[in-house]
This record gives sequence, structure tokens and C-alpha cells, in this order.
Amino acid sequence: MRLQYPGNIRIIRVPCTGKVDILHLLRAFEKGADGAYVVGCLEGDCRFDNGNLRARKRVEQAKEILDAIGIGGERVQMVNLSSGEGPKFAQVAMEMTEKIREAGPNPLKIVKEKNAA
Amino acid sequence: MIVAEKKPLEEIIEEVKDFNKILIAGCNECVTVCEAGGKKEVGILASALRMYFMNQGKKVQIEEITLERQCDHEYLEELRNSIDQYDAVVSLACGVGVQFMAEKYLTTPIFPGVNTCFMGVTEERGVWSERCQGCGQCILGKTAGICPISRCAKRLLNGPCGGSTKGKCEISKDLDCAWQLIIDRLKELGRLDDYEEIIPIKDWSTERAGGPRKVVREDVML
Repeated sequence: MRLQYPGNIRIIRVPCTGKVDILHLLRAFEKGADGAYVVGCLEGDCRFDNGNLRARKRVEQAKEILDAIGIGGERVQMVNLSSGEGPKFAQVAMEMTEKIREAGPNPLKIVKEKNAA
Repeated sequence: MIVAEKKPLEEIIEEVKDFNKILIAGCNECVTVCEAGGKKEVGILASALRMYFMNQGKKVQIEEITLERQCDHEYLEELRNSIDQYDAVVSLACGVGVQFMAEKYLTTPIFPGVNTCFMGVTEERGVWSERCQGCGQCILGKTAGICPISRCAKRLLNGPCGGSTKGKCEISKDLDCAWQLIIDRLKELGRLDDYEEIIPIKDWSTERAGGPRKVVREDVML
């Protein structure tokens, strides 16, 4: 559809969001990502029955952990949309970018840059 | 299996905040099944701790290992050559494993990462409930496979108390009356005569109340 959405988003494709583990989300932040969001099928429409429900639970757990360690749980989000909803995908990308901009850079990134300097 | 629950992250951080090189040691058996201390949970805890300490500006090295069990000599010996490099170990095994590791490696502080709860079953994923208290004198044959010691709030040996209402225990409407379950099951088995038999006073000396216990089998000792 050639819609515009922010270029700072790295897309990692998975066959089902059920494949995304909590550790994948945590490692992303360990390596310096400012935010991560998991985009899955609409609830009830998962091709593999409940993969997107599992993903939601894992995103919730990741939020709790990130809050407990001071990184901020708002940096990780679960989004449900159908693969036909191109405009919504672009809109979510813009909203997420805005939210992360407000939250600021990953504090770990700042620490790492300070150590490297 | 032994059912345990993860300790809150804040508690674990408090335990290990002064150390610089930490090993997170999981167990591949019971705590893996109850999703509290297996390889996955070790990975998650290690990642969370790394990020926490990095955020605090503290240089801490955190390594991970998951042993097959932490209650047998052979498996704990796998750490013999590497444990001295660590300032502390957080063991996600049940209380048994934490203690055995501490007995084996006297010069390394071992901290628990889970709260050990009970011996129980997986009713469904995410729900574990108590079934056995290790009383040392199993009477399940007389009670149709339902244990009144662990499942009756009063540990009664002979029939329900007056508080049993509509099959529920008086202490909580979510708790089934164990004796109601026993009677129902005996009826289904056609063994209600077993119910008429009075179970004598229990010898509690084989229970924890009699002191810490040991089982010795001369016939298998080398």
C-alpha cells in the first residue's frame, strides 16, 4: 500500500507471535532497544489457535519485569491487528514511536555509551 | 512433584546486590514443571538482573546454568571446577537443592531464588495444588486414594466434621471437603464398607513432628 511509517522500526518476522518468548523481549532491552512491540492476529483469529494469547501473557510479564528493574514497562506493548489492516499497522508504528520518544532512550544505552567513552 | 514459586525480583536483588560475579543455577526437574526455576526462568532472571545492575551503574557478571537436579551428589559435582570463580550463587531449585548445594560448597554463599511450597500436582497449566505432606504412614488404600492428612484442614482420620457444608470445607468455600470426596469416591468404587472401619489414632512419629527424618536402606547401601 506504500504507506509511510517511521524508519526507526526493525521488523522481526515470526510465524506466530506465540513464538516470541519473554527472553526475546528482555534481551532486546539488554542490547539497548528503546522499545519493543509484538504485533499479533486479532484475538480469536490466531491461525494456531492461541499463540497471540500466549504472546499477550508474555508481554504482560515482560512489562512487570521491566518495571521492577527500572527500565519501564511502557516500552513493551502488545498489538492485535489483522494482516489486511495496513493503515492501522502504520498508525501503530507512529504511535509507538511517539510513546517511546516521550519515554526517552533506554537507560542502559546511556550507561553503555558512558562506559565506551 | 515439589511445587515452588518464584521469589519476587526485589527480594533476589536485595540478596545479591553486593556481589560482582553471580551464578544463577536452575534445576531441570520439579521447578521446571511448575515454571519457577527451570532453564527458562534462569534465563529470565539472569537477563533481568543484568539489566538492573547495568542501570545502577554497577559492573556485575551474571552466568547461567541449569543442572539436571540439585539433590544428588553426581549432578552438583558438575560445578566443582567452576564454582570458586563466583562470589555467590542464586539457586532456583527447591529448598532441598539450595541446602544440598550449600552443604557441598561451603565457601560460596548460596541464595534461594524460589519459595518452596508443597508436594503437589499440576491440575492445569498454571494451577498447582497440594496432595501429600509426607506423613510417612500412607493410608490412601483405606480412603479411596484421597489423603485426609493433606487435604482435610483438620487432618481428620474418620469422616467429615460438622463444618462440612455442601461438599465444601468450613474454612473456605473454594476448598473441597476431603472427606466428602472420600465418601463419594468409595461409593463409586463400591467400597463404602471401608468407611465403616474406624482408622486408629495416627502414629505421628513418622511425620515431621517427630523430628527431621532419614530413610536408610541397608539392602542397597554399598
